[in-house]
Amino acid sequence: MTSKVHLDHAHLLHLLKAMIRIRRFEAKCVELYQAQEILGFLHLYDGEEAVSVGVIEALTPQDAIIATYREHGQALARGVDPGCLMAEMMGKLNGCCRGRGGSMHFFDRSHRFYGGNAIVGGGLPLALGVALADKMQGRSSVTACFFGEGAVDEGEFHETLNLAKLWRLPILFVCENNRYSMGMAVERAEADIDFVHKASGYRIAGEKVDGMDVVAVESAAKNAVDRVRSDSEPYFLECQTYRFRAHSMFDAQLYRSKDEVEEWRKKGPILRFRTWLEANRLIKAEELSTIEEAVEKEIAAAVAFAAAGGLEPVSEIDRFVTMEAIPS
Amino acid sequence: MSAPQTNPTATRITYREACKQALREALLADSRVFLMGEDIGRYGGCYAVTKGLLKEFGEERIRDTPLSESAFVGAGVGAAMAGMRPIVEIMTVNFSLLALDQILNNAVTIPHMSGGQFAIPLVIRMATGGGRRVAAQHSRSLEGWYAHIPGLRILTPATVEDARFMLKGALADPNPVIIFEHVMLYNMESDLSSDVTEVDIARAMTHRPGRDVSLITYGGSLSKALQAADALAADGIEAEVIDLRVLRPLDTKAILESVSKTRRCVIIDEGWRSGSISAEIGMRIVEEAFFELDAPLRRVCSREVPIPYAAHLEDACLPQTATIVAAARELVRPT
Ligand SMILES: Cc1ncc(C[n+]2csc(CCOP(=O)(O)OP(=O)(O)O)c2C)c(N)n1
Repeated sequence: MTSKVHLDHAHLLHLLKAMIRIRRFEAKCVELYQAQEILGFLHLYDGEEAVSVGVIEALTPQDAIIATYREHGQALARGVDPGCLMAEMMGKLNGCCRGRGGSMHFFDRSHRFYGGNAIVGGGLPLALGVALADKMQGRSSVTACFFGEGAVDEGEFHETLNLAKLWRLPILFVCENNRYSMGMAVERAEADIDFVHKASGYRIAGEKVDGMDVVAVESAAKNAVDRVRSDSEPYFLECQTYRFRAHSMFDAQLYRSKDEVEEWRKKGPILRFRTWLEANRLIKAEELSTIEEAVEKEIAAAVAFAAAGGLEPVSEIDRFVTMEAIPS
Repeated sequence: MSAPQTNPTATRITYREACKQALREALLADSRVFLMGEDIGRYGGCYAVTKGLLKEFGEERIRDTPLSESAFVGAGVGAAMAGMRPIVEIMTVNFSLLALDQILNNAVTIPHMSGGQFAIPLVIRMATGGGRRVAAQHSRSLEGWYAHIPGLRILTPATVEDARFMLKGALADPNPVIIFEHVMLYNMESDLSSDVTEVDIARAMTHRPGRDVSLITYGGSLSKALQAADALAADGIEAEVIDLRVLRPLDTKAILESVSKTRRCVIIDEGWRSGSISAEIGMRIVEEAFFELDAPLRRVCSREVPIPYAAHLEDACLPQTATIVAAARELVRPT
């Protein structure tokens, strides 16, 4: 039953590239934010790349994804075009949502990407519905539902886990435990910091995985997805990770020390994976620079695409308040 | 159900039965339709609307849910996004507050915020209103609140015919629709003509024409307004009774036409007065038909208190026929 992660060379480089793409994309977001090309709230994913890359690697295009406002990594790992994500953040008509959602609200129907959601916990009930619809329509799809550990404190989390188990819905719950919800340390928020244990309270099986190790995440996710699909049962993955940057762009980070962040940076998923590849002679210096150059180009192309985009005419602002038809 | 079109006959049914027939018809017509809600299956529905449907359609399509309003309403939103046509029952509007996040932040937001990538063809039914001596936490009328929200269609069937046929229109709408069924109407009986097979879900309806004063209302207050019109007629005052039927989008045209004719208007709304749908209606009249008016606007609303249990207190809080009559009379024949 267990699916082995193919540790072939090309796949390893693919994983590395996917993580570097996210890291560079976020760095570009910061630049554009400082230049006031991107406005509003911006939640970056640095440090957590292995989670979305590893999990989404285990999904098929027929599977569905639900994410949070910190969803750049999920969208990129899913293969949504970086250009339309960048354009979305720059408020452009060629953005994935015409510039209406911004950083926190990427949607892409063609990739079954059911959205970033800026209400903590708000996406979880949607996962029930998407999985239920798939099940009732005879599709064998899995819904991957990403959320931060902060969402576990919301009632919607508990309602959703109970129903998911009760109705045997094919949902992979992915708890991105980055140890803080804004400034609230996990130990200060939880009576029990063992999230897998919490899931077991709903008789949902699960496991903790080192969210800084992309291969470990991918391997756990593959097994989990297989299991969810074949048993039509939810499963719970707690990915233990860390957010390197501030919560959003307005955060003086008074709640943690620089040393703590530095310690975690040393365990960073890209650094760690690259070091491992190098130590095992699985990557050559040229290969790394080829990846880095290719990603640089992609990001530059994304920014160019976004910059070239026009603005949605204000006269169209009422469109889709109510829909005229159901898109197919 | 299968009565021939050519030979219309009327059957006498209750509002409750009409709601059930509508659900049954929807389940038969479209395999993507399914029902979710608390105690809709084995229990038969807290107002017995869904009684018998579990037996006929099975547990897959008549889904009893645990007490998790947010989760099952959100599940309705997600299922609608992924190709189903869910009908979600929330026992009463009072409990819908626990699902407000899913209704407001997801159901009505995602179509617009996703740039039109997703429609949410979701129908939510809930009971509303007071009069059953069940005290404040079970007696609210919050349909006016919901009518505040762009992207929703708000239906308030006040007749057996609307209870029977509004659902069909709601399911054909690609947008989230909330149907508010007033608790005092479930036992109401009325003739349902078999030559009617659908109703519109866009327009208000004139139940009784009149030239002296417009009584504009909806839902549970319609029957009170009609009784008031009878009483006023005995006094020589001809009241026109308008049933709004749809609180969002409001049929402003029908309101303005009536008021332009009668030049006087009483709005009857079981919601609280402040910031209410009655305030919205009044403001639209002032904006668009101010110079047509011969008298100030009047409102009969619920008293601004949590609706109490004791019968005499509850009665004093809700709009009543006598208060409607008094308000209308005062406008037509000021003392
Ligand atoms: C219901 C709700 N409450 C509060 C907030 C404000 N808020 C935004 S993000 C956040 C922290 C959430 O932390 P977590 O779920 O762990 O995710 P992370 O940001 O760490 O990825 C809070 C409190 C919100 N958006 N929604």
